[in-house]
Amino acid sequence: MREPVEESEGSGESEESRESGDGDGNVIRTHALTKRYRGGQLAVDRLDLTVPAGSVFGFLGPNGSGKTTTIRMLMGLIEPTAGSARVLGHPMPRAARTVLPHVGALIEGPALYGFLSGRDNLLRYDAADPTADPRTRRTRVERALERVGLTAAAGKRARAYSLGMKQRLGLAAALLQPRRLLVLDEPTNGLDPQGMREIRSLVRELASDGTTVFLSSHLLDEIEQVCTHAAVMAQGRLITQGAVADLAAGARGRLVVTTPDTADAARVLKEQGAADVTAEEARVTAEPPDRDLAEVTVALVTAGVRVRGLTVERASLEDAFVALTGEGFDVAG
Amino acid sequence: MSRADTAAVRPSAEAARGPNPLWTFGLLRSELVTTFRRWRTLALLAVLAAVPILVGIAVKIETGDGSSAGPGGGGEGGPAFIAQITNNGLFLVFTALAATLPFFLPMAIGVVAGDAIAGESSAGTLRYLLVAPAGRTRLLLTKYATVMAFCLVATLVVAVSALAVGALLFPLGDLTTISGTTIGFTDGLLRALLIALVVAASLTGVAALGLFVSTLTGSGIAAMATTVGLLITVQILDQIPQLHAIQPYLFSHYWLSFADLMRDPVYWDELEKNLGLQALYAAVFGSAAWARFTTKDITA
Repeated sequence: MREPVEESEGSGESEESRESGDGDGNVIRTHALTKRYRGGQLAVDRLDLTVPAGSVFGFLGPNGSGKTTTIRMLMGLIEPTAGSARVLGHPMPRAARTVLPHVGALIEGPALYGFLSGRDNLLRYDAADPTADPRTRRTRVERALERVGLTAAAGKRARAYSLGMKQRLGLAAALLQPRRLLVLDEPTNGLDPQGMREIRSLVRELASDGTTVFLSSHLLDEIEQVCTHAAVMAQGRLITQGAVADLAAGARGRLVVTTPDTADAARVLKEQGAADVTAEEARVTAEPPDRDLAEVTVALVTAGVRVRGLTVERASLEDAFVALTGEGFDVAG
Repeated sequence: MSRADTAAVRPSAEAARGPNPLWTFGLLRSELVTTFRRWRTLALLAVLAAVPILVGIAVKIETGDGSSAGPGGGGEGGPAFIAQITNNGLFLVFTALAATLPFFLPMAIGVVAGDAIAGESSAGTLRYLLVAPAGRTRLLLTKYATVMAFCLVATLVVAVSALAVGALLFPLGDLTTISGTTIGFTDGLLRALLIALVVAASLTGVAALGLFVSTLTGSGIAAMATTVGLLITVQILDQIPQLHAIQPYLFSHYWLSFADLMRDPVYWDELEKNLGLQALYAAVFGSAAWARFTTKDITA
């Protein structure tokens, strides 16, 4: 199924083509990928990104962290200043014509011809692909419309579509052909909760068919719900990447003791080596100490603290994110 | 990019799907259909079709009392051939083309060519076409071919409208050439068609210029305005006697040479210069547009 790495020009590429990683297992692989815009602004800084085949890959980062610039470089729309990117085993942007027919993309929201109907928009995008058979064009378009639930509105002019409908039409364009990679930039923008659920189940369905889905989103719980892997960017740099479970585990959970004796509990926890102890009303939270929590419990009870509950709250991806970037979801300066 | 692509395409991915090389023209078909279905295109064509109607009616009213239009009357000049319209409606075709070629036709071309890439860019559809993947060279060639098709259609709209109005309002028959000889009506009709084709070819320079401007900016309106602005500037420069040294290189300088097709025998000298100059503009600005568009970062 996987194509061999084709190289027609020897110099410069030979080193990379010897790397075994590209041919087996990774759908996207960048090496020191850098983009400096003409104004001197460094948008992406030496990015080493690896997206395993078959994964649902979440691409996270605050606004302005370089996610879209990265996606545009992967799609051959922007020439990197330095470094290299390989998509489906081929170098981008050079092999765009080989690679892109296998890639469906939704980049920075949908863009449509307002004066054309939804159906005609898809016919046009399908005609732009030189590998698409014109004899089956209408069938493909109808199937894509059906898949995103737009069949009823297909004859309306796209200008009259709501944002959610435009988003669906953009998705339909990405799904015209069976794809090996789907790049979705903020796919649930403008959708109502029902639409979001549909997109999530669509992503899962595609992933179970073997399509790799590269999903950028600012909604962490969305990433947590559907993604198997994730990467976090901040200010043009890759902070971390890996399996979602590992990332969340990387951030330590918080020890929560529910008790009426908050002052005593806080003192005991400090004695037990817990850091960042905070006493609130009827509960004390702290970073868990390195020792066994059973011993902490014994110490609390021995000191006469009436314990109602003692748990470690699991770290969410958001905690991991905040721990890694040192910031929330604000725009990076 | 193409060398590496074709080498990689054949043995690997495409073998499974087996695309037909002819499928590549699907984009051209889509582009033509999309362009000629736009209200803007139809409005431009309607304006062009209205020009011969206005000229024809004006000449009819002016000459209603039996006097002849053009030289000898109050206003000196007017578009070429206007004096002969009352004798032969076919001359309205030449008059209408002479009246629309300096401004209306190139302005319409400037709008369509200027919007070609920049309009897609400002609508954001350019990124989806390129990711489809349309291919930058293929998209640019498709756009240029479509603008050329529009040149031809626009010119034919003027010519056909003029022929219809001329036939309705004035007598048809044998016509007298500029040289004074008489040619048959069929021969005259053929010359009219030839003139329309030459006029359409005269616009290829503006079309290439407009397409190049279109690759420079992300705003369709800015590209259209710049192209039309350049057109007006060139037309003004062509009127300043002190600039006669550069005038033979202005794309509009030999435009009205199409009248030489109405000489007997045809005087080819300036016609050839015109076509050569258009080819030069198409080559220079076509290459510039290609160089720009194939290396441009698409950030819109």
